[in-house]
Amino acid sequence: MTGVPLLSLTIFLPLIGALFILFVRGDAETVARNARHVALWTTAITFVVSLFLWFGFEPGTADFQFVEEVPWFPEFNIAYRVGIDGISLFFVLLSTFLTPICILASWESIQTRVKEYMIAFLVLETFMVGMFCALDFFAFYVFFEGVLIPMFLIIGVWGGGNRIYAAFKFFLYTFLGSVLMLVAILAIYWEVGDASVVNALAHGFSPEMQTWLWLAFFASFAVKMPMWPVHTWLPDAHVEAPTAGSVILAGVLLKMGGYGFLRFSIPMFPEASADFAPLVYTLSCIAVVYTSLVALAQEDMKKLIAYSSVAHMGFVTIGLFTLNVQGIEGAMFQMLSHGVVSGALFLCVGVVYDRLHTRDISRYGGLVHRMPKYALVFMIFTMASVGLPGTSGFVGEFLVVAGAFQDNTWVAAIAATGLILGAAYMLYLYRRVIFGKLEKDDLKAMMDLNWREIGILAPLVLIVIWMGVYPSSFLDLIHPSVDAIVTQTNLALEAAAARVPETAAAASGAH
Amino acid sequence: MSWTVALPEVVLAVGTMALLMLGVFRGNQSTTLVAILSAVLVVIVLGLSVFGQTGEAFGGLFVENGITAFVKILTLVGSAVGIIMAMDFFRREGMQRFEYPLLMLTATLGMMLMVSANDFIALYMGIELQSLSLYVLAAFRRDSLRSTEAGLKYFVLGALSSGMLLYGCSLVYGFSGFTGFDAVANALNSGEGVPLGVAAGIVFVVAGLAFKISAVPFHMWTPDVYEGAPTPITAFFAVAPKIAAMAMVIRVLYGPFGNMVDVWQQVIIFISLASMILGAFAAVAQTSIKRLMAYSSIGHVGYALVGVAAGTQAGVSGVLIYFALYLFMNVGTFACILSMRRGGRMVESIDDLAGLSRSHPLMAAALAAFMFSMAGVPPLAGFWGKLYVFQAAVGSELYVLAVVGVLSSVISCFYYLRIIKLMYFDDSVEALDRNIGGEMKAILLACSAVILLFIFVPGPIAGPATAAAASLFGG
Repeated sequence: MTGVPLLSLTIFLPLIGALFILFVRGDAETVARNARHVALWTTAITFVVSLFLWFGFEPGTADFQFVEEVPWFPEFNIAYRVGIDGISLFFVLLSTFLTPICILASWESIQTRVKEYMIAFLVLETFMVGMFCALDFFAFYVFFEGVLIPMFLIIGVWGGGNRIYAAFKFFLYTFLGSVLMLVAILAIYWEVGDASVVNALAHGFSPEMQTWLWLAFFASFAVKMPMWPVHTWLPDAHVEAPTAGSVILAGVLLKMGGYGFLRFSIPMFPEASADFAPLVYTLSCIAVVYTSLVALAQEDMKKLIAYSSVAHMGFVTIGLFTLNVQGIEGAMFQMLSHGVVSGALFLCVGVVYDRLHTRDISRYGGLVHRMPKYALVFMIFTMASVGLPGTSGFVGEFLVVAGAFQDNTWVAAIAATGLILGAAYMLYLYRRVIFGKLEKDDLKAMMDLNWREIGILAPLVLIVIWMGVYPSSFLDLIHPSVDAIVTQTNLALEAAAARVPETAAAASGAH
Repeated sequence: MSWTVALPEVVLAVGTMALLMLGVFRGNQSTTLVAILSAVLVVIVLGLSVFGQTGEAFGGLFVENGITAFVKILTLVGSAVGIIMAMDFFRREGMQRFEYPLLMLTATLGMMLMVSANDFIALYMGIELQSLSLYVLAAFRRDSLRSTEAGLKYFVLGALSSGMLLYGCSLVYGFSGFTGFDAVANALNSGEGVPLGVAAGIVFVVAGLAFKISAVPFHMWTPDVYEGAPTPITAFFAVAPKIAAMAMVIRVLYGPFGNMVDVWQQVIIFISLASMILGAFAAVAQTSIKRLMAYSSIGHVGYALVGVAAGTQAGVSGVLIYFALYLFMNVGTFACILSMRRGGRMVESIDDLAGLSRSHPLMAAALAAFMFSMAGVPPLAGFWGKLYVFQAAVGSELYVLAVVGVLSSVISCFYYLRIIKLMYFDDSVEALDRNIGGEMKAILLACSAVILLFIFVPGPIAGPATAAAASLFGG
């Protein structure tokens, strides 16, 4: 390994770019242009740097790599510790990949306060990447919550008509969930003696403590995920956020909950996870069926995709709590796939929104006649969202259902209905927007994708097909880490199962 | 025997009297000079405190150790900034009377004395010196009804609380036989159990002290005094006396009553919970930014008391860090409030901040950082302050306190966010004056720098605070 702190470079490069933009001076036009270019180049370089993480990543091990540790609050044993394993690697790449796309997507649609907008996005990237790399509970919490500040401003300043309500709801909802996790983190800190995630993962918590800590973490991750019934902030936030904000929300921010479950809840509290799995299954099944039905009834494109996100996240939670390799790998893959696909779908909505300034489905129709390229791209992402074989969506959903089937047939059956409903609302959306007769006058003047838009969407199409056709290039790196978690969890569960008769015997012996 | 331990106080006292002479003989045209010299004097005393000795003086009435030195430095920074901010304000408002810097100096002296007091008599003397000066300062705008009302209200309620404090001290004296902190601690340790009279005395002492830090249920004066007093005086009230009084709470509870944590812990837990909850809910409905800051300060006292309630060294260092950061957040926020002028006149409604991000981008950014920091949103400094006190509470297994604390911090988020919403999401009706003055700019810059740099380099504040807390526990 070279001496270059690649991870810290990936985390903090955007922040340096943001500082750079802060000092851009001149008249409004120049500032806006320079801010855009600096932001684009910074995020592009960050993406390239993060690619070196991928190339340098040692496959076949579940250990943390690229580990760095710098004392931060030495009085309290808090340090800046970062490192990645197979689980975090692709989330880091997802974040660094989507951010330059978001900057490009905002190139023309954002015309006011461009400088502040770009700064907010760059700071957001630092927090996102940092969150996936953090190996210290407090560093994790800081990055996890820090995301709220730029996102609050992005929704509130550049959002749609009801942006203030949406921004407050987003902030307070997610903050409320997370503060309980903070108390749990403090309890872990006192129990383990320091804030290192690695030490906490190796620490066996007592069953009672596991229950309480699991619930506190659940409060946070369930809201971020978002699981039914605490998903209501998501449709509001998605609808009101600018296109790029929706892309980041759906693409990366929703993955924070799933990542949290996988990184903390399951390996640290295996017994509690097994105990609460029925609860998670129930909520997830309701989410899959209920939000799919709700999506079917939507008239607003963004809202429809937002509800579909809740349904897809329901698959993720089902997969995670099967606690077997297929289920968890499926959930991982589903999260990555959803990050790309739902981000792309929001970009597709953004393309037509930029032209017609409405998200109302009934205002569209017959776009295929004017916009063939757009229709093609939109179709690919629709199919990926539905889970057609050959696209990324299929791999994740298939593995999740396969994993769920081993654990609970009913859950697998209900999840499978979700697939059908998913196909229904996505195809219905596609038909209403793309097919039919081109009757409306304002649609007749619509231009097809320009080069910038093709440049944004083409890489996403490639990745969706790559992930669908050859998932091994991702799963091979994910597998060792997932395998380690499953093995560790099963060992802990066996030990707990062995302990129960022992204590029962001891109790009866005492009488 | 060395009176040099008290050298900073001595210099401050003598210097204040010399400046009083200057003011009396030269009259009101010397106000600017007196104010500048006062600020210089505070800075000199600050230097003396930084490099001061530790030990006892005046027959054990006065003590200087790690924690007193740390708190005095914070208090003096607050006073110096308070005087500087007041100068500009009183010049603009045409209230050029030379007494205000002097009253701020005597109040500061009183705070230093009460922080260092090692005896209930000395403690009371210090409290009264600072309180009397503050009563006058609250009513300093003497031809304004609100200001005089604030002064009177503050005086009557303050006198009542002083009475309670004194009564508590006399009960402690009656049942232990001593007034010195160390002697009381020894006398109470030797016996078996705590005499009921001492327990009652502790409750009265805590009630008296709770008034000084404006903790619920002794907070009623705070919003009115904050609103009625001239704004720079409010800024001064919000930081220096609060910090000094909180240090006094720590010194009294952990000194003479250090072995009776069980007795006072439940009282502190109650006032902490009540302060956090009231601070969170009551501020939501405020329209005046000064009243909002009053309720926010009540909430902050509640959070700091979480650390006190922990009863451990971790708790005390948490409180010290909390208040060090609170100092900078509050001074910065008040620098913004003092800069809110329209056509040369002060405005103090929250709605006047609408659209600030367009007219004053840097000031809006700084104020937004202070608001996020006060709300305790990571990664800003205020989050770490909260983290320190809550980790102490969790360490002492006060889970309910910690959970209620974090939940009320979410509620309080709402009104901090409302200010950010006004500045960033709303359009302004009429822009505020552009020129905010050089002093304010410098203060704003320094405070935001501290709030942001603390994230990366916490050492300069966290290190001394931890050492100061260790000194209280004989480390």
